[in-house]
Amino acid sequence: MKKRNLVFTVASSLLLATVLMSQTKKPAAPAKTAGATASGGASASITRGKQVYLEQCLACHQVDGAGVQGMNPPLVKTKFVLGDKNTLVKIVLNGMQGVEVEGEEYHGVMAPHSDLTDAQIADVLTYVRNSFGNKAKAVTAAEVKAIRAKNKPA
Amino acid sequence: MNVIARKSLYLAAGLCFAGLVASAGDGGGKKGKEKPAKVSDANTQLKLPSGFSAVTLVDSIGRARHIAVAPNGVVFIRLNRSKGATKGVYRLEDTNGDGKADKITGFGSFFGTGVAIGNGYLYASSDEEVYRFKLDKDYNVVNPDNPEKVVTGLLNRHEHEAKAITLDGKGNLYVNIGAYSNACQLKDRTKGSPGDMPCKILDSAGGIWLFKADKLNQTYGDGVRYATGLRNVVGLDWNKQTNSLFVMQHGRDQLHDLFPDMWDTKQSAELPAECMYELHQGSNCGWPYIFYDQNQHKKILAPEYGGDGKKTGGENAQDPVVAFPGHLAPNGLLFYTGNQFPEKYKNGAFIAFHGSWNRAPEPQAGYFIVFQPFKDGKPSGQWEVFADNFSGGPEKTASGRVMYRPCGLAQAPDGSIYVTDDSKGAIWKISYK
Repeated sequence: MKKRNLVFTVASSLLLATVLMSQTKKPAAPAKTAGATASGGASASITRGKQVYLEQCLACHQVDGAGVQGMNPPLVKTKFVLGDKNTLVKIVLNGMQGVEVEGEEYHGVMAPHSDLTDAQIADVLTYVRNSFGNKAKAVTAAEVKAIRAKNKPA
Repeated sequence: MNVIARKSLYLAAGLCFAGLVASAGDGGGKKGKEKPAKVSDANTQLKLPSGFSAVTLVDSIGRARHIAVAPNGVVFIRLNRSKGATKGVYRLEDTNGDGKADKITGFGSFFGTGVAIGNGYLYASSDEEVYRFKLDKDYNVVNPDNPEKVVTGLLNRHEHEAKAITLDGKGNLYVNIGAYSNACQLKDRTKGSPGDMPCKILDSAGGIWLFKADKLNQTYGDGVRYATGLRNVVGLDWNKQTNSLFVMQHGRDQLHDLFPDMWDTKQSAELPAECMYELHQGSNCGWPYIFYDQNQHKKILAPEYGGDGKKTGGENAQDPVVAFPGHLAPNGLLFYTGNQFPEKYKNGAFIAFHGSWNRAPEPQAGYFIVFQPFKDGKPSGQWEVFADNFSGGPEKTASGRVMYRPCGLAQAPDGSIYVTDDSKGAIWKISYK
């Protein structure tokens, strides 16, 4: 368990907005369904994750994921977004305030988003990790579930 | 993996304004759009009314927040922390009169927003303290390494932490202590969390505090809560005509995010108003229980306190004297007392709107200086945009990825006005004719 205080940046970026209104339906795993090509799970997850981003994250992290100076940290190629999934998932679950990214401080308050389903968190993180110039491995609902099970909100 | 990459590119392209995401205010990230190559010379950046022109005193001094000008024309600016910055206050002097600062000295190892000159001192605030530096007759700082602490121990919880200050010329120092909250919910900015009743934040923040300008080491117990119910004030100025304090409040965020059933994204981008208030001792402007709706011209009960977007509230709260569109972030206020500008500007208010972020997904707005005419101490007539194009163009304004962000305002002895930018650190002097 690395304690990177300030580090929780990126995650924070994920969701300032609200909690999804009411969808609590879990698409089970991020694979399944839907159109998408043969690209399998990740592609569909990114598509779903974009919707979650629009509803939960965009207000603070902005359309381009670059955040707001001094307030809401960027999600663009930062170690928070591209790095350790455990840290990233916990930022979404627990929220955060105060982080330093690339030498710049961000003070915006990110509310906890533990009311998102495991699948929603997996989708939105997979989307963010593969958008805005980012490229990183997908996050799966099973991973979120395991992290949530051990998560103790501060 | 390739497929994923391609897909994500797709999505990113669809969602983003620009492929290269420029960090806020970096102004780079030009895409091959139809935009003409921007002239990066800040000198030619601003669009002004006919007869006005602007030149930069400096182009990139750092995150310049508020500014104060001495009677001999020496300029002091206050800097926020940024990567690599070591000094928080700068003294700028143009000794040869060519419009450029040629004598620049930095001092003060603390960062922040507020700065003011009075009583032979330079006052400068951090996010917890107000310091002062003794000035000599030429407005040199006598002892730059040893400021005195005038006020200490003010709350800084990293939300609305800037301690903007002003003096009234009668020995009083006014300090904004912003609320460390959006709407005084039990859990800040968290959907479904109710408003704290009564809002305990107001005991130590969410208002303007009054201190003595010449007494050292004051803290809460030595000060007076001069006005309350103000979420956050950055732009404030003492109006010498009315002999009273005027402030610009930053209105609350996230009506749509927190209450999507009551406000859609378009309404939420415009609401609530960014309000100008005239304050007197004991003033209450109503935050967090109400916000001002500039379309209904009413104080609306906040949804965290049972409001539905229509119910009014705040019977004891005063009304704003001017209500501007939402989220524009008024960071600088200046009452113009000079004689250089045309007559209509006399005693009117300039407001520097830093620019919005909480309008997404709707287009962002602001990044300009507005002029509000006054007559006999009251707003008179419609406000207008005075200085524009800090952003670098309409698309940059809409995306929020702008070149400059206006923040502080001050009047020069010759009747010109100065504007600071806290993105790169340009400082413009705007003159008439």
